[in-house]
Order: sequence, then C-alpha cells, then structure tokens
Amino acid sequence: MIDLYLNGEAISTDAENLAALLQDCGYEHDRLATALNGIFVHRESRTSARLSPGDRVEVVSPIEGG
Amino acid sequence: MPEFYNEHVQNALLLGTARYPSPTILEDAIRSAEVDVITVSLRRESGGSNAGQHFWEMIKRLGVRVLPNTASCYSVKEAVTTAQMAREVFETDWVKLEVIGNPDTLQPDVFGLVEAARILCADGFRVFPYTTEDLVVADRLLQIGCEVLMPWGSPIGSGQGINNEFALRTLRSHFPDVPLVVDAGIGRPSHAAQAMEMGFDAVLLNTAVARAGDPVSMAKAFTEAISAGRSAFLANPIEQNDMAEPSTPVLGKAFLS
Repeated sequence: MIDLYLNGEAISTDAENLAALLQDCGYEHDRLATALNGIFVHRESRTSARLSPGDRVEVVSPIEGG
Repeated sequence: MPEFYNEHVQNALLLGTARYPSPTILEDAIRSAEVDVITVSLRRESGGSNAGQHFWEMIKRLGVRVLPNTASCYSVKEAVTTAQMAREVFETDWVKLEVIGNPDTLQPDVFGLVEAARILCADGFRVFPYTTEDLVVADRLLQIGCEVLMPWGSPIGSGQGINNEFALRTLRSHFPDVPLVVDAGIGRPSHAAQAMEMGFDAVLLNTAVARAGDPVSMAKAFTEAISAGRSAFLANPIEQNDMAEPSTPVLGKAFLS
C-alpha cells in the first residue's frame, strides 16, 4: 500500500501508477486532467507516472469560471 | 467583430459562466445574448462524481468557444500547470491567464503574469493575459508573444466599471492594432458601452450578468449595449467641450425683446 494525497485527502492505495489510481478511485470519464506533485501529467503519460509515498495527486475537471 | 489570434468572434461580449442561479439560467443567458465565447475553469473532482462531464456536455450542446482561465493562481508555477491541464481538458490552446497578486483586490501580479505568459507563449499557447492598465506591462506582454491584452476595468466582481479611463485610452492609443478586451469590474451595460465607445474590441464580464435579478435579460442587455458602443465608436463621436454650443441656428432668430 502507498499512502498519498489525492486532491488534498490522505488515502492508501494499491495503485502503482496514476492511470491505475484513477481507475481504482472511480473516475469514469476522461474529461479530466492530472498533476503529480505540482507537475502536469499528460493523459498518455499516466501509466508511466509511478506513485510514491507522500505524492500529491491532483485531478481536475471542467467547471464554471469567470 | 473582434478577431483573436486570427479567429473571428461573432459577439464582442465574452461571458463568464460562474455564480449563476442554476445551470439552466446560465444556458439561457448564453443563448439569449448569442454569446460566442465563454470563460471556464478547472476544479478538483472526486471519483464517480461526473460533475465536470456534465458541464462539458453543456458546452458542447451550446456550440460556443471556451476560454479557460487560471483563476485563483497566485504563482507562475500554479498558473502554468493549470493552463497545461486546461489545454488537455478543453482541447484549446486559448488561455485567460490570471496570476493574482492580492487577495483583496484580485489584481494581477504583473511580474508573475509576464513570466507565466512568456513560458506559455513559448509552449504554443494563445495567451489572453488579465492585466492592469499599465502601459509598460502591456508592452512587455506583447513583446513576449501575447497578441491580445485584457486590462481590468476595476476589481473583479466589484461592478465599479472603468476606474482609470485615461490609462485605458492610453493603451488604446498606443496599440491601435492589438485586440484589447476590458476584463473585470464591469457592473452595468453602460460601462460596457463606454469601453466599446473608447475603441475597445470586446468586454469580458461575469458577475454583472450572473448576479443580476434576471441574468437572461441582463446578458441580452449587455450584448445590445456592446453593439451600440461599437457602432458609436465607428461613427466617430464628437469631442467634449467645456462650454455650450447652440444646436439650433442663431442666425435668423426673430428679434422679440
């Protein structure tokens, strides 16, 4: 298990990479973008983005804005 | 009609999508005003919520162009990463670049703004920088690759209208061929008309419509005011005088005293 932060919340996961984490956490659509430790991770790079203890993962999606 | 980065826009009202009473009212406002460009943003999403997907479906249904923002970013790194994420999610290289420098006024950190704009322009983004009315900052933004400038009218959401008309006129005068958008602080359609009469190419606003008693009617009123302001600018308004000038001919007036 890896302890990390997903959108600011502490979680434990078996996922070894970002793509697996999204799947495990129930993200069903792909109108999402991701960042790992403040660095943007392109959609195609999520599988190769390996997770480590203490990582900060951000998952964002479209919302209204001014 | 304005042109941004070689793309024609049908309506000079660029409309924000936040703070509406409901998604239906937002959608009706966009349709009522025949808006062509809306601003959008990104926020955290929890697994299984699908909230972002629903908003995306509304955008596709409306058939409008999106201008993603980097709202609430206080550092260059945050703004650049947010822009990169927005490009992937919204499938556009347009970005309304905000690097905020003060939480009370929400005014741009112009130093961070120039640096973030330099990075993003070099990375192929088409940057719409939310900036102050400062002429030198504007010049620097153009030098590093921005082809649009978006000076504020007054603080975001304040509804104060245009606080520094002199400086905005100076920008217009110095950069006659650069698309200029007054962004932020607009409260009433008359403020928007004023900006357009000054020769600005477009107006970007959100709160003035979203928080109005009737957002749908207000959105339409803004479109009409912006259109009137543009027509007035093209018609070359008269100069202001200190003293009165009679409009009715004096010559031939009957001598009655």
